Amino acid sequence: MLFGLPIAQIVLFGFALTNEIRNSRIMVCDYARDELSQRIINKIAVSRNFKLDRSLNDHQEIEAAFKEGKVRLAIIFPVHFKEDIQHNHHAQIQILADASDPNTATTLTNYVSSIMEDYQRENLISNPLPMQIMPEVRMLYNPELKGATNFVPGVMAMILMLICVLMTSVSIVREKELGTMEVLLVSPFNPFMVIISKAVPYFLLSLVNLSIILVLSVFLLEMPFNGSLLLFFAESSLLIITCLSLGLLISNTTNSQQAAMLISLMGMLIPTIILTGFLFPLENMPWALRLLSNLIPAKWYYIIVKSIMIKGLGFKAIWRESLVLFGMTCFLLLVSLKRFKIRLS
Amino acid sequence: MKDVVISTDKLTKQFGEFVAVDAISFEVYQGEIFGFLGANGAGKTTAMRMLCGLSKPSSGTAMVAGFDVSRHPEQVKKHIGYMSQKFSLYEDLSIQENIRFFGGIYGLKDKEIRQKSKDLIEQLGLGQELGKMVGSLPLGWKQKLAFSVAVIHEPKIVFLDEPTGGVDPITRRQFWDLIYAASDRGITVFVSTHYMDEAEYCNRISMMVDGTIKALDAPAQLKRTYGARSMDEVFFELARNASRKAD
Amino acid sequence: MKDVVLNKLRKTYNKGGLLAVDDVSLEVEQGSIFGLIGPDGAGKSSIFRMLTTLLLPDGGSASVHGFDMVRDYKKIRNSVGYMPGRFSLYQDLSVEENLKFFATVFGTTITANYDLIREIYVQIEPFKKRRAGQLSGGMKQKLALCCALIHRPSVLFLDEPTTGVDAVSRKEFWEMLKRLKTQGITIMVSTPYMDEAGLCERIALMQAGKVMSINTPDQIIQQYPSPLYAIKASRMSKLLQELRTMREIAHCYAFGEYLHLVFTNDNQVTQQHLLVLLRQKGHEDLELLPVTPTIEDCFIELMTAGTEPSGLTLKPLP
Repeated sequence: MLFGLPIAQIVLFGFALTNEIRNSRIMVCDYARDELSQRIINKIAVSRNFKLDRSLNDHQEIEAAFKEGKVRLAIIFPVHFKEDIQHNHHAQIQILADASDPNTATTLTNYVSSIMEDYQRENLISNPLPMQIMPEVRMLYNPELKGATNFVPGVMAMILMLICVLMTSVSIVREKELGTMEVLLVSPFNPFMVIISKAVPYFLLSLVNLSIILVLSVFLLEMPFNGSLLLFFAESSLLIITCLSLGLLISNTTNSQQAAMLISLMGMLIPTIILTGFLFPLENMPWALRLLSNLIPAKWYYIIVKSIMIKGLGFKAIWRESLVLFGMTCFLLLVSLKRFKIRLS
Repeated sequence: MKDVVISTDKLTKQFGEFVAVDAISFEVYQGEIFGFLGANGAGKTTAMRMLCGLSKPSSGTAMVAGFDVSRHPEQVKKHIGYMSQKFSLYEDLSIQENIRFFGGIYGLKDKEIRQKSKDLIEQLGLGQELGKMVGSLPLGWKQKLAFSVAVIHEPKIVFLDEPTGGVDPITRRQFWDLIYAASDRGITVFVSTHYMDEAEYCNRISMMVDGTIKALDAPAQLKRTYGARSMDEVFFELARNASRKAD
Repeated sequence: MKDVVLNKLRKTYNKGGLLAVDDVSLEVEQGSIFGLIGPDGAGKSSIFRMLTTLLLPDGGSASVHGFDMVRDYKKIRNSVGYMPGRFSLYQDLSVEENLKFFATVFGTTITANYDLIREIYVQIEPFKKRRAGQLSGGMKQKLALCCALIHRPSVLFLDEPTTGVDAVSRKEFWEMLKRLKTQGITIMVSTPYMDEAGLCERIALMQAGKVMSINTPDQIIQQYPSPLYAIKASRMSKLLQELRTMREIAHCYAFGEYLHLVFTNDNQVTQQHLLVLLRQKGHEDLELLPVTPTIEDCFIELMTAGTEPSGLTLKPLP
């Protein structure tokens, strides 16, 4: 463990920490359809930062695509692109970015801009006439590029995990460590009541904490809240129950509070921070890690919360993620209840 | 006139308002087996920790093996041995490894350690068991081994904190054989215990009640003074009116 | 009626590597005080944990108050009182709060069975608002006993309740137990203190997972195989060493103020002969008298039964 853990961390951080974004999916809406636009689109498509996901015919499809969440950037070429360049020596293209993650959005638009400049420079060599392509950038959902929109949902997930997993597991293990569990077991007290008596206070506590964070982030950090409050708390309750079940599972594996704390922190919190996607974009990571991130409940919660809070979406848009989260909750709850020990051993 | 190896003068330890050890003054002579008795909470462990250099006195002084416990605790530690019920040896090391480890800590040279190992093994009859993990030994054996290791460097004084708790009667007596042997070699033994019959094995004993030393004398004298037939009765006489036990 | 019955009960740990309880069989009469006497590692706590249904046995069976230990564990859990080997109440709750909590857990109230705990509780009542963690050892034991009794159990299991407690509190504790007996509660106690054995009605002497003897304390003492003597002189350590080398002495060991010894061949002549011998060797202030064995003497005798006469000197354990 002394060697494996540092190596794993280096690998993890090394891969996750690249700021460079590769193979980010983009959409293009080319109204011009002339050779100039084609050439630029080509250049963008072969760049290692981008992967041309689709060509759209109508810019109104962009909104829907953004809501799906898979594509972060769209470029629109106006109808008279080539003519504008030839006659006026400048033209505009529009770049639309999903700025719910402002860092990624900024990075991506910068990539596009630099590709444009590259193209213009190359063109200058063969064509003495100056050409200016001006990208007009619009950051959707988060025009002011507030960082809060990115990390607040992540922090919410983290706090819930911390309170529920860590506190629950430590609290149950403490009873075992101090010996009060022995006395409780040798009594009419139903062992499952132990679980309930630990789970309920932390459930309520988490809801309170969540509300406080919500209020603070909306009013202090000017975070948007465009969706349904009810849906938000419903999904949050799902995550809370998942975390409580995880805490229960951990408490079954050890009799020492220290061990419970260590497992909760190292085994739960750190992967959560890295693999949820709020600190380090998931697109950067190798596919193995991206696959792994699907196992982290917080990752799904993060998508759900961003969709609700920032994009103002309803259940119809997030039903898939909700289903995954619900499935995880049920599974973990069943497993942890089944494994709960009614004897010492 | 025997040498004084431990002497305290109004030794006190205070935790906030609570005075755990209240200005105790006494002396211990070279080669004595000195019994340190008292109820739980009377201040025994706190006093012992100060004498071992593990805890700094709030006021008063104590000289152990010629060194001041407040000013030179590290020197004190070099010249004493210590064994308690809670910790004795490393459970996941073998007997041999433990002996080597502690021998090294106490500053013995390799040759000395080897010789000591041999003596120890012979004395305890461990011949075949050297490679065995200490954790697999029964409690009584652990304690005996721990004691032998605590005196491996022939310290001037060895402090024993309730070393025979929970051990079977035969092992207890074997343990005291070891104590006698150490005492014969000139090591002063400072032992605290719950067992009143063990008080009889000591040259002199002291009884702590409510942080002070209520009695200090040879067992026979104490029984005479309190008109008691056994140390049990002496203890009851002294501890009965203790206020701290109800606290 | 036998309230607690053990039938060849067996428990191993470490996947069979450690045999903690070795085919133990015993019975406890209803309303009596039964003592499990033995040092650490004898198997006492393991037995208690099995009887209170906290552990499953690896062999044999047992019943408590007529309920099978494995099948009817819920019924046992509803009807017994248990005080584990170390203080296991909530340290950050007050005395009062702990009591109320356990009363509630057992579906009763403090007042319902107050008469049962009154004598004990009045001693800690002045401190009822104090946190349990801040009580002295003796007070903690009294509180734990109250919490174990609050629901009027039919059987009370006390695992080393007096360990780590000062001698005065220990005495008081046993007096409380005696008074409880009048209420008809069966009490099973374990202790490493041999002198407490005499306070039980029947005892089982245990060592290394095995029962060496089960009987009333008096009977066990009566069964001591040879006459026992106590001897003292001005220099005890030397006397002990001397006596161990003598052929005439079968056993000899320290026992507080005196040494206890057993002759290989007991008669008047041997006694006188011994005194003469010892005086010749320079021992002074000799005193030799017959004594009644204590439980500790019996325990030592049972432990060394079948070993060589001078089996009390250091030798390797099997």
